[in-house]
Amino acid sequence: MPDQGISTQASAERRGARLGVILFLLYTACYLGFVFLNAFSPGSMDQIVIAGLNLAIVYGFGLILLAILLAFIYGMARRGESKVQAAGPQKGGQS
Amino acid sequence: MIYDPSAVAIVVFLAFVGFTVGLSFYLGGKAKSSAGYFAAHGQIPWFINGVAFAGDYLSAASFLGICGMIAAYGYDGFLYSIGYLAGWVVALFVIAEPMKRLGKFTFADALDAQFDSPGIKAAAGVSTLIVSVFYLIPQMVGAGVLIQPLLGFEHWHGVVLVGAAVITIVVTAGMVSTTWVQFLKGSLLVVFSAVLVVLVLNRGLREGNDAFQTLGPYPAGQWSTMSELDGREILPEEDGWQASDQWVRLASPTNGFDLFRVYESEGFVWLFQAQSVRTSDVGTLIDGAPLGRGANEKSLKPGGSIRNLPGEQTETGPLGPVDYLATLQQSEVMLWKKSSVRHDNGDESVVYYPQPTAGSKVLRPGEHPRFAGIRSDDWVGKINFLSLMLALFCGTASLPHILIRYYTVKDGAAARKSTIVGIASIGFFYVLTLYLGLGAMTSGTLDVTNNNMAAPLLARGMSPLLFAIISAIAFTTVLGTVSGLILASSGAVAHDLLGGALGLQFSEAVQVRVAKWAAVAVGLAAIGLGILFQDLNVSYLVGWAFSIAASANLPALVMLLFWRGTTAQGIIASVIVGMVSSLGWILLSADTFEKVYGLDPGSSPVPFSQPGIVTIPLALLTLVIVSWWSRSKPAG
Repeated sequence: MPDQGISTQASAERRGARLGVILFLLYTACYLGFVFLNAFSPGSMDQIVIAGLNLAIVYGFGLILLAILLAFIYGMARRGESKVQAAGPQKGGQS
Repeated sequence: MIYDPSAVAIVVFLAFVGFTVGLSFYLGGKAKSSAGYFAAHGQIPWFINGVAFAGDYLSAASFLGICGMIAAYGYDGFLYSIGYLAGWVVALFVIAEPMKRLGKFTFADALDAQFDSPGIKAAAGVSTLIVSVFYLIPQMVGAGVLIQPLLGFEHWHGVVLVGAAVITIVVTAGMVSTTWVQFLKGSLLVVFSAVLVVLVLNRGLREGNDAFQTLGPYPAGQWSTMSELDGREILPEEDGWQASDQWVRLASPTNGFDLFRVYESEGFVWLFQAQSVRTSDVGTLIDGAPLGRGANEKSLKPGGSIRNLPGEQTETGPLGPVDYLATLQQSEVMLWKKSSVRHDNGDESVVYYPQPTAGSKVLRPGEHPRFAGIRSDDWVGKINFLSLMLALFCGTASLPHILIRYYTVKDGAAARKSTIVGIASIGFFYVLTLYLGLGAMTSGTLDVTNNNMAAPLLARGMSPLLFAIISAIAFTTVLGTVSGLILASSGAVAHDLLGGALGLQFSEAVQVRVAKWAAVAVGLAAIGLGILFQDLNVSYLVGWAFSIAASANLPALVMLLFWRGTTAQGIIASVIVGMVSSLGWILLSADTFEKVYGLDPGSSPVPFSQPGIVTIPLALLTLVIVSWWSRSKPAG
């Protein structure tokens, strides 16, 4: 984390990181739901939920679409700061 | 199946390889320094890098393995798609920006950023090498599998060709050319898979497969008393065929016999034509006739079809993506299964037969033997499933060839944006895999002996040109992924092990030269292993790589980012414990006993095959305990 960073940028970055953790936990909960449902109640995957599709298909597609959706939300939310942020400080030195 | 190499395929394929290698030479001038060779000077635009992520990640295992598994078993293959993509969520929200902020060239850089410890560099370098090699073997085997039908070459030709092309790509321009190859391949793969899916949906679903005969229905009690069927003599049940009453052989009008499997349902009996392959001293016999194309010879025919569509229809016409699945849900599909018959002289026949399966079973998890456990009350099956899904979730964000791609862009924001592009393209591709697999399952193009070719063969059913393009893309897929892995390994050797752990001081130019020699060595090793392991089921090894990466790398990386108490000793211990325990577990598992060593799986000392659920928490615990212990001692 750049110490000399402008304070608004630092706080924007902190907010961004917190949003990341929240979205991560949201997705993880959905993924765990899918995995546990498969493992402990496989029969529920056979239920037709919508438009003739069973839960396995709907939940599976849902997880893929959710990942894409959350990624875009995260990208949009953090778009502003990348304009402020110059090239991040690289670790110096040759190796 | 007998494959005919096509001239179009050879031309398209050579054009691809030629273009790729030519691009490398063109870009070669840009990668003279370490920063150029390992990280493309951090100058790759984020969008290009994002698609290159897709190129890196959508390996032969994703494209060929998942489509093949869906084609053979249905939904179970899609579980991998879901798990592989879920891993990217970890990569985006947890790993992407810190990786870019902390490191310079390799994963070990990031782990070691605060400590400057040769031990961390050594442990992380070794784990990078091990994961890369386990990931390399299936890619090389996949190359051999692909080259056979495409160009009519032997397996080892494919392996050597890939090895040579990849060594050229990596040595000429390192990360610069690897990235552009990945970008090219990632975009082509996604675009042409989409084209193929549009064609599949447009064709819709159709009953039957003209290549195979169905006899019946006969009333259950009656048919067995008949002396002939279909106007043909029933051959006596002898020479091993009598061991089970599910086989019926009819005299063939040409040579050998026609084999049928007895299928009984609701008081009636159907006979479905099956195929047998007998390996004997006089050569391979297909249904009793010599293998070949001649008048008295036979070869295996492609399978996969729909037995019944819902209602009275025999053909649906074009279907939307939702209707396609909803229609399949109510249909009955012919899945090809395998069995064997032992003959009197000790020969064995492998028998492939169609098994009517309800569409509702194909579109839910649990049809593949590896996942069947979730439908039983046996806890081992459930634990294996949970463990695999955990390893897929945690593995992606710790694969070395994915991690090094964070260093090719200019800053954390670009790392984040390219991950988002990666997720979108990979996610879209994984949605396509389900349609590609189900399309192959129902199109009568499936090679019953080997489902790895499902997607390219599906394309061949559409048009020879599309087959040539898809096969060439699949081959480029192997090239791209292997280049990324070899680059990651060469970085581990030159930068982490020799430069970091042993403290050898190299100049820029020498470090790049050392890395290139390391790339050549790893490339040659990969060629050797690819030939050696040609009969091994490739998807197993990818699973191994994920388990090892998840156990060795992820706990250390995550704790470093989120726990201030982490010490250098804690990280070293965690990487070593995660690596050794997961590798040891895999080598001792029942799966490996059976599939690799050919031993009795019952004699395996570990209770279930997938290590992740034990070894990931174990590595985490090790890190916490060792960190506490090393901090409680006064600093030396």
